[in-house]
Formats: sequence, structure tokens, C-alpha cells
Amino acid sequence: MSREVAIRLQGVSKRYYLGTPVGDGLKHLLLHLPSQIKAIRQRKPFDALVDISFDVHRGECLSLIGRNGAGKSTTLGMIAGVLKPSAGTLETHGRISPLLELGAGFNQQLTGRENIMLNGVMLGLTRREVRERTAEIIAFSELEDFIDAPLRTYSSGMIVRLGFSVAVHLDPDILLVDEVLAVGDARFRQKCLERMKQFRSRGTTMVFVSHDVGTVAKISDRVAFLESGRLVEIGDPAKAIEAYQGRLRAA
Amino acid sequence: MIYYRDLLLVLLSKEFKVRYKSTFMGYAWSVLHPLMLAMIFSVFFRMFMRVPDYTLYLIAGLFPWQWIANTCTGATGYFLGNAGLIKKVRFHRSMLVLSSVFNDSIHFVCSLPVVLGFVWYYERTPQWSWLWLVPALIAVQAVMLVGVGLAIATCNLFFRDLERLTSLVVQMLFYLTPIVYQPDMLPPSYHWVLYANPFANLILCWHGVFYGGGVELLHLAAAAGWAIVLAAVGAGIYRAKVWRFAEIV
Ligand SMILES: Nc1ncnc2c1ncn2[C@@H]1O[C@H](COP(=O)(O)OP(=O)(O)O)[C@@H](O)[C@H]1O
Ligand SMILES: [Mg+2]
Repeated sequence: MSREVAIRLQGVSKRYYLGTPVGDGLKHLLLHLPSQIKAIRQRKPFDALVDISFDVHRGECLSLIGRNGAGKSTTLGMIAGVLKPSAGTLETHGRISPLLELGAGFNQQLTGRENIMLNGVMLGLTRREVRERTAEIIAFSELEDFIDAPLRTYSSGMIVRLGFSVAVHLDPDILLVDEVLAVGDARFRQKCLERMKQFRSRGTTMVFVSHDVGTVAKISDRVAFLESGRLVEIGDPAKAIEAYQGRLRAA
Repeated sequence: MIYYRDLLLVLLSKEFKVRYKSTFMGYAWSVLHPLMLAMIFSVFFRMFMRVPDYTLYLIAGLFPWQWIANTCTGATGYFLGNAGLIKKVRFHRSMLVLSSVFNDSIHFVCSLPVVLGFVWYYERTPQWSWLWLVPALIAVQAVMLVGVGLAIATCNLFFRDLERLTSLVVQMLFYLTPIVYQPDMLPPSYHWVLYANPFANLILCWHGVFYGGGVELLHLAAAAGWAIVLAAVGAGIYRAKVWRFAEIV
């Protein structure tokens, strides 16, 4: 395996401000100006990630494990380029897949087919390139019968199927997967894992978030264990998983 | 370059499908709504307004106004309505605004034949200068609306309740703009209102074209000046906040 760096985080931190005071709207802000200003002044920062550094090499599969709220999705969001680190630097090399996570990554009004085009083009392909791949994407998702129905009629499992199919057929250099395989049925999950293994042999870099330590142990080259926004352990899958399970038992 | 063209095209077709379900509905709305308003105003205000060819005057202002109103009221949803994309994909988020303004401008252009029909009915002669004036005014209006759209779309991510406020402001601006009345009906001490209203100068220019009388350079310059100011303000607000979009959407 080459040692080229695909993703590099150096001292990355992410700070959120809890309870955005203007969330109640402009009217509320103006009607309660003094108390709202006080709320803005006093809002507490929350460090979702603190000083995270690691490299992911080209063709490597890194899994992130940790309890809910540990900062796994935040890390993926920053790698995907949709979130910005509050401190530190983050570099990525190559085309990144859409962030595969639960919930609407698509437009609910549009059909499956229209969403394929929308997503493909947003990720940097031309319309022609997307058209060339559409048949393959639909075949992989096994959604032929529903592909021209609007997405709001899909189940969450079907949306994951479509999302995964689109992501893997865009030839990404970096594939980001956040806990989505849990909702697919067992057979489709198997198919996705096969595909991810194929990807690895082709040199695609993967960052994978899952609570299923069995799968994590099977597909990862390295595993990172996050706790409360801090990187506790990174390296050998067995060791990191052991550390994670140790904490779970202690809790 | 091809990439940006394709992104724009795909976003445009999404706009069409999502907002109106069909292209025809969008077109019908951008024509029927101003026609209906023109009918109402010309029936009820004809007595008070001693404007010759009052219906043509209304048409010349109401059609461009429809574009302004469409964009401003739609803008609250430009980013909020695309939460899924913003959270998962990295792309130039301003493209969402550009494609929507572009979409509205297409509807406007498609409604121009109706305006020309009225021009013909009222026996105005089309001028050669329209060949550059109309595209120039469309460009000025588009730049203006991109700025306004960026500002409204961004602010609404934070405040979430700007939809009603925006339609209220648009409604107010409608009456502060010489569309149903002529600017010289305002007492001279109120003329500053026309210059303070970014859209007033623009509408005066549209009147100059389709109602007649020619475009005054001063109005065109004021409209262009406002377009630059609004575009700069909109872009400034957008760029200050764009990195937080995925966090709060
Ligand atoms: N947009 C946001 N605004 C404020 N706090 C957030 C936001 N996103 C995540 N957080 C907080 O950051 C922490 C880490 O979240 P996340 O990365 O989603 O954890 P995980 O994916 O490991 O469950 C959580 O405590 C969560 O509440
Ligand atoms: Mg998560």
C-alpha cells in the first residue's frame, strides 16, 4: 500500500455554541432584546472535538467508534468539507463522496432518478458522466420499480440504498459512511460491504462510522476510538475496539 | 466551466420541478398574477389616476415587479429548503441563489411577449434601443436580486421567521414604488423616497422602455448603483456566514 496521505487532520477542534439564541426568530429577538442580548453574551461554548490529529493514507479504511455524541459525525462532516474546524488544519486529497448518513441527503420532492442527477452533478461530475452511470446506479440499488417515484415515498432503508449506490458509483477517492448500513436489510448490507472491500483494493480511502464492532473489525485497517471529543486510541483495530468495550463496561 | 454550466442546469430543472411541479404553472403564475393586478388597478384607480393609457403603464411596471416579488419571497427557502444537500455535500452554496434568480428571470423573459402585446395594442413603436436596454435592465435587476436573495436566504437560516416579514416588506415596497402611480404625483418633498428605494429607479427605467418616454440615464445609473451595493451587501453577509450553514440548517 502506498503511503500517500489522503486525509490529514492536525490539531483539529470544533466548538459549537449551544442554544443558538436567535433560533426563535427575528420577532422574538426584537421583542425580547435585552434578555436575548444577555443570552447571546452568556451562551456556552461546547467543544465537540478537541485537538484531533491523524492521517488516513490512500486506500486505507479507518473506522471511528465511540458513544453517541463522541464527535464521530462532526469529524466526518469536517472531512466532507461541510463543517469548518474552529482550530487546526484539515487537508484532503481527491474527490469526496457525499456524506452518507441517515436522513434526507436528497430532495424529497424529486424522484430517485432526478436525485441521482442532482447529487452526481453537485459532486463534480458532468451531466453526461452521470447519465452514463445512472443505469448502473439503479441496478446496484435494486430500486428499478421505484426510481421514478418521488423520494418522499421511499422508506429510510430505500433512501440508504440509493445514497450508497450513488456514492459508490461516483468513483470517489474518499468515501465517508456514517452509520447508514444499520438500516439496510442484511443482504444489501452484505453487498455494500463487498463493494467497500472492492474499493479498498482499488485504492479508495474510506472513513467508516459504525456501532457494529464486528463489521468494524472485519473491514478496517485502523480504528480510532473517540470519547467526548478526544481521540483516546488510534491504531490496531483489536486494541481500539477493546479500549472502547472496556469503557462501555465501565460505564 | 462545463461543470458550472451543468450544475446550474441541474439546479434549474430542480427548481422548476420542485417549486411549480411543472414549468407551465410557473409561467402561468408569472403572467396571470400581474395581469390580474393590472386589471384590478385599472378598473378601480382609473378615475383618480389621470395617466394616459393607464393599463399599459400598469403592465410595464407590474411584470418586472412580479419577478422582484417572486425572488424576494422565494429567497427565504433557497438555503433552508436545501438542508439535505447543504449538510452532506460540499459545493458552492451561492449556486442555489444564482440558479433561483436565473429561474425567475427566465419566467420574466417568457412573460415579455405579453407585455409586447400590450405595447402593440397601445400603438407604441418598438425602438432599436430596446435591443440593448432590455438585456441591460434584466442584468441590473438580476444582480440586484442575487444580492437581495443571498442576504434573505442567509439571514433566514438564522432567524427562520423571515418569510412573513419579507412578504410584508415586499408589499410595502410595492406601494413605495411608482407602479400604480406616477412619480410626479408624489409631493416633491417625498421624491427622496424614490432614490432610497432600490427598485423604484429600476421600475422607472422599465416604464421608460415599455410605456414610452425613454430611459433617463440618471435612473439607469441609480439602479445600477443600487445593484452593486445590494450585491456587495448580500455577498458580504453570505461569505461571513457560509461556513456555518451546515451547523445550523
Ligand atoms: N450543529 C450542532 N450544533 C451544536 N452542537 C452540535 C451540533 N452537531 C453536533 N453537536 C454536538 O456535538 C457533539 C458531537 O456530536 P456528533 O459528532 O454528532 O457525535 P456522534 O456522531 O459521535 O454521535 C454532540 O454532543 C452534539 O450534541
Ligand atoms: Mg453521529
